[in-house]
Amino acid sequence: MATEPQTAIEPKADRPGVLGTLRAALEHLGGWVLRVLIRLGYIGRFAVAVVRFSGPSFARFGLVMREIYFAGVLSLVIISVSGLFVGMVLGLQGYDTLVRYGSANALGTLVALSLLRELGPVVAALLFASRAGSAITAEIGLMKATEQLAAMEMMAVEPIARVVAPRFWGGVISMPLLAAIFSAVGIFGGYVVGVLIVGLDSGSFWSQMQSAVDLRDDLLNGVIKSFVFGVAVTLIAVFEGYDAAPTAEGVSGATTRTVVTSALVILALDVVMTALMFRGI
Amino acid sequence: MTGQTVVQLTDLAFGYERDRPVLAQINMSVRAGQIVALMGGSGCGKTTVLRLIGGVVRATAGEVRVFGDDVAAMDQAELYRMRERLGMLFQFGALFTDLTVFDNVAFPLRERTNLGERMIRDLVLMKLQAVGLRGASQLMPHQLSGGMSRRVALARGIALDPQLMLFDEPFTGLDPISLATIGTLVRELNDALGASSIIVTHDVQESLNIVDYLYFIAAGRVVAQGTPDEVRASEEPFVRQFVRGEVEGVVPFHQPANDYRSDLLAADR
Amino acid sequence: MNRNRLLDLWVGIFVMLGILALAFLALRAANASTFSSGVTYTVQARFDNVGSLKVRAPVRSAGVMVGRVSSISFDPETYEAVVQFTVATAYQFPKDTAAKILTAGLLGEQYIGLSAGGDTVMLKEGDVLHLTQSAVVLETLIGQFLYNKAAEGKPAESKPAEGGDAKGAASSK
Ligand SMILES: Nc1ncnc2c1ncn2[C@@H]1O[C@H](COP(=O)(O)OP(=O)(O)O)[C@@H](O)[C@H]1O
Ligand SMILES: [Mg+2]
Repeated sequence: MATEPQTAIEPKADRPGVLGTLRAALEHLGGWVLRVLIRLGYIGRFAVAVVRFSGPSFARFGLVMREIYFAGVLSLVIISVSGLFVGMVLGLQGYDTLVRYGSANALGTLVALSLLRELGPVVAALLFASRAGSAITAEIGLMKATEQLAAMEMMAVEPIARVVAPRFWGGVISMPLLAAIFSAVGIFGGYVVGVLIVGLDSGSFWSQMQSAVDLRDDLLNGVIKSFVFGVAVTLIAVFEGYDAAPTAEGVSGATTRTVVTSALVILALDVVMTALMFRGI
Repeated sequence: MTGQTVVQLTDLAFGYERDRPVLAQINMSVRAGQIVALMGGSGCGKTTVLRLIGGVVRATAGEVRVFGDDVAAMDQAELYRMRERLGMLFQFGALFTDLTVFDNVAFPLRERTNLGERMIRDLVLMKLQAVGLRGASQLMPHQLSGGMSRRVALARGIALDPQLMLFDEPFTGLDPISLATIGTLVRELNDALGASSIIVTHDVQESLNIVDYLYFIAAGRVVAQGTPDEVRASEEPFVRQFVRGEVEGVVPFHQPANDYRSDLLAADR
Repeated sequence: MNRNRLLDLWVGIFVMLGILALAFLALRAANASTFSSGVTYTVQARFDNVGSLKVRAPVRSAGVMVGRVSSISFDPETYEAVVQFTVATAYQFPKDTAAKILTAGLLGEQYIGLSAGGDTVMLKEGDVLHLTQSAVVLETLIGQFLYNKAAEGKPAESKPAEGGDAKGAASSK
């Protein structure tokens, strides 16, 4: 602070120069990269702690049941309704395109493959992040803000074991089930549009689908995707809650970060996994 | 009153950030059976002292001894064993908002003991009876008033029959009746359990009635101490200011800051 | 206690729904009874041209799906395409079976059609099929058609359908 008046007197200081600007930009970038790395390391350490303290979650499975209820059961309605709509839209759009090439019978294939490989896991995970992920963050953040976590610690109970781990496993278990329900309801939606409304033959709708959909390449890969998304979203949600500043703004900011970060991570992971899984096709 | 020493703080210093010390040099001791009050302005580091005793944060200098053991030397398992003998009441109760009153009080029993549900039920009802809230056992925390929350938290704090109770501002924000109720409860429970207690509080009058000894903290140091009678009779300016609640006195109204004039001028640039 | 029971019930319903959805996807959308997970044997066939045949394309016989293409590669010695495909062990074919690359519909996906021969020895793991017929490439077909039309100087009606002998085994329709 004491140097500021001095630099104002020196005429050279008026022009920082290209090198100076570049240097400042590089320093800025370097600082940002460093902060991101530190945060990633912190999340990694946190994840290890969650796994290490997971014992009680399985010894007393009632704790996880409760979290499956909040993460899974309470997401059922939004997942089913969205799945139905997405499936119906796929049916309408797919029919409109396929009928131009005289391949309307392939509608079942199109709907099933789109849902199983991409839309089921991805859209279900996005909905899960905004419905359940944000709720998990807000709940843990509020427990922190109201000193409930500190109280637990003072009672010699590890909050990661008692609060974080059950929520983590509840989310990880719920996510693949929700994605499967989404896809199943979506295929039903495609069936409603394709067969009941447009009037395609029901037999060829299903048989074309069955001959094109592979149990391992399509269904299993989709389940793996939704499992990975479940781990990512729930980890982000519990971490943001645990890391939230113990104030009202802190918790609301953490909740927003959960939804935004989850969405970006889901889409990025999807690109990577799709590239790995469907390379040969 | 002359039992063994339960808590001993020696030349304790601490700061959350390196360049901003909160506690500079604290010396105090609590003997078995005693209730000790810890007083001082907001933000002077009273809660921090309790955190240091519970081992949540570690001292930068000096020593914290609880039940005779050095807290800084404990590993995680020893720390948890020490905390089992310790009950803490947080400023606003810190009840678990997703559990009923009953389950809140049962929480430490379920987490830290292997007792059966029947045994836990009896113990919980006993603790709730002690604070007069057995009838509220199925309510959720958001259905309780501030005073009731504090009492439930008290029942939860004594669930494991602690030997040392830490109370963080148990009287703040209560009406005079609830306040007196909590005060009496603290004294009764302390004597019934044969425990010792540290009460952080601003309420001089209430604490003068129930405690055995008082410490006044300012600027990270103990500035005055004594029994209630000594405090009442004290002519020390700090104690008088605190007991009478005057704005300006030995305790400055302003946070330490840069020169006011130069701060204002700096904004014009 | 009552609250806990209800919660358990709901979680049970949820998990059941999830498993039902997975079962539906496996049995109704995919075909769990086919080979991708079952026992198969691998056979090889060489083609001059595989057209746009893809890995995982179906292998059909008499219009029924019996296997899948597992790999397609190029042999730099003979300049041929080498196609490996798996066939469910439940379906046994004679050694002199012929493999054709066919198209489902005019613009549909390409697949391998197997026509059984008369040999008494059956195909086994690692065998090579010698009787093959390459994919019909549409550009060549259209070129031929135009050429014929110009040469004969009269409208061709049934000629292009000749190319359609390649899709004789198309399953749908
Ligand atoms: N977690 C923390 N991180 C950094 N500073 C803190 C933290 N908790 C408290 N402080 C600071 O330490 C000082 C003492 O806080 P505290 O012990 O809570 O005061 P009191 O309980 O006496 O009101 C305050 O200036 C406060 O800003
Ligand atoms: Mg405080």
